[in-house]
Amino acid sequence: MTTATTPPRTAEAPTGVSPRSRPAPRRRPRTDRVYLWFLLPTLVLFTLSITMPAAMGIFYSFTDSVGFGEFNFVGLNNYLVMFSDPAILSSYGFTIGVALCTVILVNVVALTLAIGLTSKIRAKTALRTIFVMPMVVSGIIIAFVFQFIFANTVPATAQALQLGVLEESILADPDLAWISIVLVTAWQAVPQAMLIYIAGLMTVPRDVYEASAIDGASAWKQLRSITLPLISGFVLINVIIGFKDFLGTYEIIVGLTDGGPGTSTRSVAMTIFSGFDNGDYAYQMANSTIFFLITLTIALIQLRLTRGNARI
Amino acid sequence: MTLPTTTIPGGAASTTPRRSTDNSRRAALPTSRRSDRHRWGTTVLLMLGALTVILPFYVTISMAFKTGEQAVEGEAFALPAPFSVEGFSTAWALTDFPRAFTISILITLATVIGTILLSAMASYAISRNWEKKAYRWAFYYLLAAMFLPFPVLALSQVKLTGMVELANPLGVALLHIMFQISFSTLLFTAFLRSLPAELEESARMDGASTAGAFWRIVFPLMAPMSATVGIFAFLKSWNDFMMPSLIIADPSLQTLPVIQEIFQTQFSNNYHVSFASYLMAMAPAIIAYVISQRWVLSGLTQGAVK
Repeated sequence: MTTATTPPRTAEAPTGVSPRSRPAPRRRPRTDRVYLWFLLPTLVLFTLSITMPAAMGIFYSFTDSVGFGEFNFVGLNNYLVMFSDPAILSSYGFTIGVALCTVILVNVVALTLAIGLTSKIRAKTALRTIFVMPMVVSGIIIAFVFQFIFANTVPATAQALQLGVLEESILADPDLAWISIVLVTAWQAVPQAMLIYIAGLMTVPRDVYEASAIDGASAWKQLRSITLPLISGFVLINVIIGFKDFLGTYEIIVGLTDGGPGTSTRSVAMTIFSGFDNGDYAYQMANSTIFFLITLTIALIQLRLTRGNARI
Repeated sequence: MTLPTTTIPGGAASTTPRRSTDNSRRAALPTSRRSDRHRWGTTVLLMLGALTVILPFYVTISMAFKTGEQAVEGEAFALPAPFSVEGFSTAWALTDFPRAFTISILITLATVIGTILLSAMASYAISRNWEKKAYRWAFYYLLAAMFLPFPVLALSQVKLTGMVELANPLGVALLHIMFQISFSTLLFTAFLRSLPAELEESARMDGASTAGAFWRIVFPLMAPMSATVGIFAFLKSWNDFMMPSLIIADPSLQTLPVIQEIFQTQFSNNYHVSFASYLMAMAPAIIAYVISQRWVLSGLTQGAVK
């Protein structure tokens, strides 16, 4: 993200060129019209397909529109109702809880794999290829596959091994279904975090480990007092990016539980999408405005925290 | 299609020597391999971990090649006996695979090409005019969409695309491009920053126009970043479910991932058919990835770290 602040350098201070080879006044003539034509189509299309819907959504959140036809302004009414609506509150509680659990699981697994994959092992390329594979498949399809595994394979295997608890499908249990969502979301999200950690581990100089090994530091001690502090910037970025992504989880829930049993696994995104079916379009627009503000806050925290970290 | 299965433990072990030599050749550090021993314990643990990645693919493949009678028993780990491709032919007809596949490919191609061209051109204009306030603001404006999740915009976009006759694959491609613009512009401007302006200026001295210098000098030099941008656009577009399912009004124009839903509603007990269909939908991306994995991995890493 910090790259956002860096482009000026090329424009103002070309490096590695001696001043006399470049007469200053001729450096930049007038702006070429072409630049404008390079940028304008993107700006127009972007405004029409991103900015306008965003503005529309905020506008309708102050009305009682059902998505079409006439509507009246209702002020902040939608927002006030939202804060006492148990369905909305429980969807936020569920979404944030699942996002937190997934972030922890993803980062522990991804860091472990990254450390393993950057150490001296056999079949490094083959293993790395396999571990990245979840990143290239469709979330909804993999969720369908896991739905079969959780609904049929796991209970059948548990029965054969007499495992008791697991003999019932966790998808059918309102108290346990969320676990399947955390597991599958993590299954698919680990590769990206792992690649970031691998890039991070590459920045740790090898001789630091050699020096500490000579001093007799154990592997665990090395991880705690060398690796983790040196890659803390990467941990931070993974946690924040992950949390932001997992708040928007939708496809995997649709494929696994479709919000059920009952409404026990309904995420915020799913509630918003129901706006057209239930005729509470304006109400869900208020919901998405709040959802946007939450995402924006996390993004701003991310920007602020990573600004000092030039590497990322 | 069988590539993933061949990498189950036995296969991985057999390819070991060649792959690890490849890898040490690429390694930046000249490690003395004779003195440092390979960590077999870690290798074995990672291979066991890799099983959790392979498991769902194994289940998909083994279920897809079963007969209807064997599949309905639900024994996921049992190998297909007898081996049957009936699931594939049924799935092919049920999902009208060639049509869904064509629509998915067209949307993905349009997204990849559109994203690369539009964001490369915009980034070039922005990075070469950074001292002008308007261009700088344009950059932050495009970047702001990174913080706008699709659910927030979805309902309004459904409304708008319906109004302008874009409730179809073309509309989905356009929206896919627009959702990739922020990230891609960020990557391209970061890359252009590292590209010395002298290259284009020497071309200019030879009489090339700004556009000419861009297309003949700068754009080819941006190829590595275009690859990264293209890979991300491909994965996002090819695998997307939410947007096409909401935007495309005509069910006969639906994409490959969305069409898989019929197995949840109408044909929920024909496991061999549904898994054959899932496999056909996943295979193109997996095959493309396995073939070009070294290239894709470096692209994904570059994108992930930014």
